[in-house]
Amino acid sequence: MRDFSYLRANSFEEASSAAAMPATMLLAGGTTLIDLAKCGVTNPERLVDITHLDGFDAVTVDAEGASIGALAKMSRVAADPSILENFPAVSEALWQAASAQIRNMATIGGNLLQRTRCAYFRDPASFPACNKRVPGSGCSAMEGVNRGHAVLGTSQACIATYPGDLAAALVAFDAIVHLGGRKVAIDDFFLLPGATPHQEHAIQPGEMITAITIPASVAARHSTYLKVRDRQSYEFAAASAAVGIELEADRETIRDIRIGLGGVATKPWRARAVENALRGKVLEPDIVKSASRLAVEGAIAHGGNHYKIELAPRVVERAILKSGALA
Amino acid sequence: MTIVDTRMKHGNASDGLLGGRLARVDGPAKITGAADYAMEYFPEGMVYAVIIDSTIASGRVVALDTAAAEACPGVLLVLTPDNALPIRTATGWMGEPPPPVPYDPLAREITFAGQHIAAVIAETFEQATAAAALVKATYEETTPISSFDDPRSGEGNPVDMMTMEWGDAEAALVTAPVQIEQEYRTPREYNVPIEPHGLIAHWEGDMLTLWEPSQWIDGMSRAYAEWFGIPFENVRMRSPYIGGGFGSKAFPTRYGAVAAIAAKMLDRPVKLAVTRPQTFTAFGGRPATRQTIALGATREGKLLSIVHKGANETSMNDVVVEPLGSVTSIMYATPNFSSRQNIVPVNTVKPGPLRAPGENPSAFGIECAIDELAYEVGIDPLDIRLLNYAEEDPHAKKPWSTRRLREAYAAGAEAFGWAKRSPGVRSMREGRQLVGYGVAAGTYPVRRTPGEAMVRILSNGTIEVASSSIDMGQGTYTILAQTAAEAIGVPVETVVVKLGDSSLPRAPVAGGSQLANLMTGAVHKAALAARDELIGLAINDPNSPFRDLQANTLTIEGGQISSPRDTGSALGIAEVMRRTGRERIEALRNTLPEELQDEKERFRNYTTISTMLSPTEGDYSLHSWCVHFVEVRVDADFGTVRVARMVSALDSGRLYNPKLAESQWKGGIIMGIGQALLEEGLVDPRNGHVMNNNLGDYLVPTNADIPDLQVISVGVPDTHASVLGGKAVGELAIVGVGPAIANAVYHATGIRVRDLPITLEKLI
Repeated sequence: MRDFSYLRANSFEEASSAAAMPATMLLAGGTTLIDLAKCGVTNPERLVDITHLDGFDAVTVDAEGASIGALAKMSRVAADPSILENFPAVSEALWQAASAQIRNMATIGGNLLQRTRCAYFRDPASFPACNKRVPGSGCSAMEGVNRGHAVLGTSQACIATYPGDLAAALVAFDAIVHLGGRKVAIDDFFLLPGATPHQEHAIQPGEMITAITIPASVAARHSTYLKVRDRQSYEFAAASAAVGIELEADRETIRDIRIGLGGVATKPWRARAVENALRGKVLEPDIVKSASRLAVEGAIAHGGNHYKIELAPRVVERAILKSGALA
Repeated sequence: MTIVDTRMKHGNASDGLLGGRLARVDGPAKITGAADYAMEYFPEGMVYAVIIDSTIASGRVVALDTAAAEACPGVLLVLTPDNALPIRTATGWMGEPPPPVPYDPLAREITFAGQHIAAVIAETFEQATAAAALVKATYEETTPISSFDDPRSGEGNPVDMMTMEWGDAEAALVTAPVQIEQEYRTPREYNVPIEPHGLIAHWEGDMLTLWEPSQWIDGMSRAYAEWFGIPFENVRMRSPYIGGGFGSKAFPTRYGAVAAIAAKMLDRPVKLAVTRPQTFTAFGGRPATRQTIALGATREGKLLSIVHKGANETSMNDVVVEPLGSVTSIMYATPNFSSRQNIVPVNTVKPGPLRAPGENPSAFGIECAIDELAYEVGIDPLDIRLLNYAEEDPHAKKPWSTRRLREAYAAGAEAFGWAKRSPGVRSMREGRQLVGYGVAAGTYPVRRTPGEAMVRILSNGTIEVASSSIDMGQGTYTILAQTAAEAIGVPVETVVVKLGDSSLPRAPVAGGSQLANLMTGAVHKAALAARDELIGLAINDPNSPFRDLQANTLTIEGGQISSPRDTGSALGIAEVMRRTGRERIEALRNTLPEELQDEKERFRNYTTISTMLSPTEGDYSLHSWCVHFVEVRVDADFGTVRVARMVSALDSGRLYNPKLAESQWKGGIIMGIGQALLEEGLVDPRNGHVMNNNLGDYLVPTNADIPDLQVISVGVPDTHASVLGGKAVGELAIVGVGPAIANAVYHATGIRVRDLPITLEKLI
């Protein structure tokens, strides 16, 4: 039997020191960890259950922004009225993620850390080659079934898509990941695969996500999350976009725009080229359309995922026009 | 009231009679969790088997290192081809005698990825799972042919028995004023019932008990008996409830043999639960298909010729035919016709039946092609179907028993509002949503096998119905209770139906949409016999209060026996049984013809499909019919297709319980929406693996994908088709959904997608 030890942490300090031990993983909602353990992808010697820690599930919103405890459940954050009012893209991203059952179990901290759905990553018995699982072993997806794989942020070593919805919204609005006392900008928290796709996050042994803060902004208040997929529920994005807009007093010039992409990149993707092309411009369909093309600058397809290069700009365009109408 | 009246009202006592809208009698047990499924049985001393599958698709296993697994705590046995108890090959499903060779459920020669090569049996499931991961197989691998898109698979092998021809189709095609030709494709599709497969095998001496979800208890029991060389009666299979099968739980499996071998070798009950990924390779789903259809027609759209060539994938060593000409050959009248079919061996598991095998992909081809012809000649897609309406079976040249397809077109078009369709493609839209209307027809044959049933009248007035047929959600428990209640004249609440146990009277396969018709026929016959005996008892028994009336007959209504001449004398059944001192009345009846009544033929009837009558045996051609009208919304930028509404009109003959029939129809339609838009086995060409072998990645529709579905029954009782007038229900409604949606997508976008599923990248 694959034995592991189980420790229920009663304090943050206890969790941190346990998490510093080798071959140890933190257990929250378990929706990724248990799944991957069954697939034979993760095989921790020690699980530290953090779900009984007090004080890590609060959701507060004030003039500065939102603070979301790492142990808050996805469904609760999605339904929080002040999140809905001040960060509608965050609420919408959560509602469109996973299934009702998973949203009721999964925590915000765990949601950020969810692993890719790359089928080659998830099947070590049949596909030994996976650089994310076994560094240097190769990539089975590059020449394989890769309809869902990334076109942005890829490397020679890995094209696995970061699957989450929430992080696409967080990256658009410059959220901060709190690791106890240390704060990391969300764009820096997620790492590009490069030659080291097994390193996905800027999280150190012994560190634990304690909260996420999102600075308040006008753009965040006028934001939306658009997710495109074949199935209308319980499917990962073919392409998605979180967009927030702040207009000038003239109600047509873009003062600020934030765009995060999901489903197309190896990490939650900030479409800065599109933002830069539109800041100061008039919010007008033709301008938006041509600027949206910049969302896939440098994109590389591997066969099955070529359509994403066509689809992603269209999703960005529609999301911009939709959030512009809200602004 | 005659037995053929369909009751339209519901919410009263007549719900319990035939044609009433009685809710499923097993519903409360299922929704409260009280219904124990086969795999929820825990015999004393049970141990757990976990199957190990090949990770290559072609080659052979040269070594299996089992030492590490054997050393694991709790491990009782690592079963391999070298140490497995030898068993014999069983009779095939058509009754073909088995070759005199051993049956090897564990393979050395590998012909597909996911083939069982070993099994670990341990005290706990977790121990077995962990040990199984330590069994190391060494392979000699050869390059697989992973699909029929691999050029090395070639054109495949012709299946001559599938050839159908009349007139001179090729000549008529080339001279036709209008000619169109296209290829239509469907991918590998999987049954994915929510209850995965598996079994518990338990030997007591040479008696074998199997708890296993099964669509065919007697057929599967026969295989187990023959594998181990024990009498059929020594096998007891129990399958009280089944969480969906859709064709995949009807046949004996290799993992079933593995569990029974392990249980015998260890002398412990063995539970083997197939994992969800294994449900994609432990048995096969629908094979991938391709068809070329050429239509020749007049400029007015009247068909002159159909030339059809089809092919489906099969496994390397099996002949599996998905009959692609089955709808092509009967849907439309044409003076010239030709249909041929090949099968293409590839490195895949042996394909299996999946809801409407044959008719389903066949209809996708012809129902898209006729739609293409309608646009080509510029007439309405509904009108072209009426223009080419087949007034008799064009292939068998026999009259239809009933074909209410014209009525279905009319009723469906009216309810849908087909007349509001604007003829041009891309001519209807709402904002960025392109709106399209589509129509397609479907059909499924009436298959007939005789059945049998026991009906008992117990001393307390309870009526018991017993059969080894099964209920996989389609409502067998319910309609058989209704049948007995109606035939005897008792409230349905007093009827207890026992199913899913091989110790009960025998039944043929619950497949091909035949079970409801054959079992209602058998129960009706047995129930009338029991009723006759009860009335005889009441008239003749010296202790019966009715004896003095010297009546020729008595009536039974609402469970009360009375004389037609003296209704004041009514007595309950229990009271008559008590006064006459009878413990029970039993009637075992079957619907076998005289020549099948001897024991050997009776056994053959229930354990093979060799006695099943084809739909054209006899004076008529027997089929159910349907038409689907669909409105889709296609996002002009994203290519996403949403079914906005759907109206289907169906002719399944008489409905024994409209509520349940409608539910089955809707289930088929929902499955058809999944087939049209979502379902596709994605195979890695390098090693033949099904990459989306789980319910997170193999997409079936969610509630959000399904609009309100309107279903309209246009059937009338068809007593040529069955004793009580029903035709096929369960497999009918999926047929035609895929082409109706594809046709609607074309109308919306001007893009003709001829390969399912219609995923977004095909439309952007």
